[in-house]
Amino acid sequence: MDESIKLTIDGQPVTVPAGVTLLQAAEMAGITIPTICYHVATTSNALCRICVVEVEGARTLVPSCVAKAADGMVVHTDSERVRLSRRTILEMLVSSVDLSEAPEIQTMMAEYQADPQRFPDAERREPPVLDDNPMYIRDYAKCILCWRCVQVCAEDAQYTFALNFSGRGYETQIGTFYDHPMPETTCVFCGQCVGVCPTGALKPKREWLLEQGYSPDEVMELTRTDRRRRRRDSIE
Amino acid sequence: MTDIDLSLLTPVLEKYGPQGRTALLPALHAAQDIYGYIPEPVAASIGMALNVPLADVYGVIDFYAMFYRAPVGETHIHVCNDPACAFAGADSVFKRMTQTSTINGGTGEMRVTVELAPCLGLCEHAPAVLVQEKPAGRTQVQSWKDLVRGSIPHQRSIVGGDIRLLTRNCGKNRTTSLEEYEDSGGYAGLRKALSLSPAEVIAEVKASGLVGRGGAAFPTGVKWEATASAPGDPHYVVCNADEAEPGTFKDRVMMEDDPHRVLEGLIIAGYAVGARKGYIYVRGEYIQAYHTLEEAQEEAEAAGYLGENILGTDYSFEIEIRRGAGAYICGEETALFESIEGKRGFPRVKPPFPTTHGLFGQPTAINNVETLANVPLIMTIGAEAYRQMGTEKSPGPKLFCLSGDVVRPGLYEVPFGVTFRHLLFDLAGGLRPGREFRGALFGGAAGAFATPDHLDVVLSFENLRAAGLPLGSGVITVFDDTRDLYDILLRLSRFFAEESCGKCYPCQIGTQRQHEILVRMAGGDIRPEDYQRLTDIGRTMTDSSLCGLGQTAASAVLSAMKYWPQYFTTRQA
Repeated sequence: MDESIKLTIDGQPVTVPAGVTLLQAAEMAGITIPTICYHVATTSNALCRICVVEVEGARTLVPSCVAKAADGMVVHTDSERVRLSRRTILEMLVSSVDLSEAPEIQTMMAEYQADPQRFPDAERREPPVLDDNPMYIRDYAKCILCWRCVQVCAEDAQYTFALNFSGRGYETQIGTFYDHPMPETTCVFCGQCVGVCPTGALKPKREWLLEQGYSPDEVMELTRTDRRRRRRDSIE
Repeated sequence: MTDIDLSLLTPVLEKYGPQGRTALLPALHAAQDIYGYIPEPVAASIGMALNVPLADVYGVIDFYAMFYRAPVGETHIHVCNDPACAFAGADSVFKRMTQTSTINGGTGEMRVTVELAPCLGLCEHAPAVLVQEKPAGRTQVQSWKDLVRGSIPHQRSIVGGDIRLLTRNCGKNRTTSLEEYEDSGGYAGLRKALSLSPAEVIAEVKASGLVGRGGAAFPTGVKWEATASAPGDPHYVVCNADEAEPGTFKDRVMMEDDPHRVLEGLIIAGYAVGARKGYIYVRGEYIQAYHTLEEAQEEAEAAGYLGENILGTDYSFEIEIRRGAGAYICGEETALFESIEGKRGFPRVKPPFPTTHGLFGQPTAINNVETLANVPLIMTIGAEAYRQMGTEKSPGPKLFCLSGDVVRPGLYEVPFGVTFRHLLFDLAGGLRPGREFRGALFGGAAGAFATPDHLDVVLSFENLRAAGLPLGSGVITVFDDTRDLYDILLRLSRFFAEESCGKCYPCQIGTQRQHEILVRMAGGDIRPEDYQRLTDIGRTMTDSSLCGLGQTAASAVLSAMKYWPQYFTTRQA
């Protein structure tokens, strides 16, 4: 890693250590590239394509979260082509799911002047909320399929493998084995998936119940596990 | 839940369990052959035996269109509904079938499930259906009962052309045996290759100028060289037989009619890159080609062309034939690797490329069926003679699949350099009497439209590129002046919406939005913003999608917008 790489980002000469991604190289140069699916603690899959940049000589745009900086590269992080892709992806995303609890994406939409009504008659993904365990709810109408929950449940953190996908294409949804309720799966309720969810699709049950208008006492009553209930009964 | 006899599954688990996750698709196929679908306890047993997390097993089952997690009819019929079959009346075939009372879970004697399917690769026999995985063509003239009983005669492949090198043994309405193949000069290419060093074989293939015939046109010799020199052991070769581009059927004909040519090409490829194992990944719908290849593999093993010490040399090589399970995306090379590894067919981020990080993360050369079929020819006649065919920049023979509104739909072999007009009128017999040529789709759903102005275009990589047309895999779907452009576009956009894997946002959502807009347009509701909407979706998918599927999913629509813009602003009759 003692080798260094010289490239140009947005007209600015930049020297970075070998092996860094374009996203990291830009950050070192003080240039921020927007990201959605990227998370510092999970494997980058380059699937949201919000972080694409234009690299001179490349046929297509390049996802900066995985593309490595190379000597002599000339990179444009905010060209017209890049902005069109980002804006259109944001417009398509907001036409698909509920982004009301994704403030970072909302900020991006303002930045790229994305029109929330660009696809007015689009079929939205609106499955009902899955409330099948005392710890968290799954509201896939808010899910942007960033894969973070699947990854932390698997090799990126917990090695629990409770989550995977159902369907494919636009019909893809995060799911369990034959759609079983969470308590019937290998889920250990570690909460890592809830922690990395960027849109409020996964949410602690108590937070969700409070939002539904339940009082703190009612929330306690609804979410105590049998074990805790027994313990409290014995204290009384 | 009905009682599931898990003891029936024991042989499957014993066979595939020790192989682990890579055997997931074969195990699911075997289970479905037993139970008709994949019941939950069966999926769980397979997951345990193969050591695959159950959620992942479910993810795989639900990804592939040919795996069913709920019971289906005893007879299962797939009706192709892509353009060539639609022109020939696929919609009315489907309607006729679904109007019959005993279908879709009926309790009568014949419980039948009928479903629409993407292109079945039987375009020359349009309108085509699969009945219990058995192909049937010209279905508009078959009785429903004959179809359901599967008593449909085998369809003879229509094969022609100016030259018959790759297709020399094709079109006889039967499979070429090993003996016949040898009599026609078969396996001489392998003998020649084994008398050379692997580097010399690669040099010969490089000198021939052969480029990939699957669509990407990458120089084959360069790919082999990079794989051969990549560090790491083992190396693999893979034959991509996941032919699923709408309108394409050339690989099916080659595999069914002359399977040894494909095997010989793969063995030579294996020798060249230093692989001891090769895979052939055949699309799930091509059950006949799959069985034909298996039989040919046994013949080749018995004759010493495959296995230990091939033809008495130090070289040993084995082949494993795999079946897909209904996913166009698995024709993308990295998605195909994922599928062999027992996963959902999600394409990987490239780089790294397969030559260094391919199947199981090892150096891998992956080639299309037709590409490999060229290899024995090159080894036999030599690169110099090979280059005498075709043009300087596009040497060799090329297979074209012509279908749609032509008199003689079929597979045609020509040297690169003939005109589209020659192919269409001299070979395929032109259009039906009284009809005019209106356009053609070059390269399948991922391709672009040609207009009457393109009739004299020369069929070579360089000339097509200059004309803005993709060669793709050599598929040309012709349509006449009676066809509805909206209907054609609608079928293409539906194909992509159904076949997108859903990994990257531009394609996952873009294919869906593109389809919705085209459905609305076809219904007569065209809005002033639609042209720009389709342009932006198309540019975003082309520029920013993760793999080749997404990058070409708007190609046909964008080319239609270029040649027939009026269709996208006002409803045309």
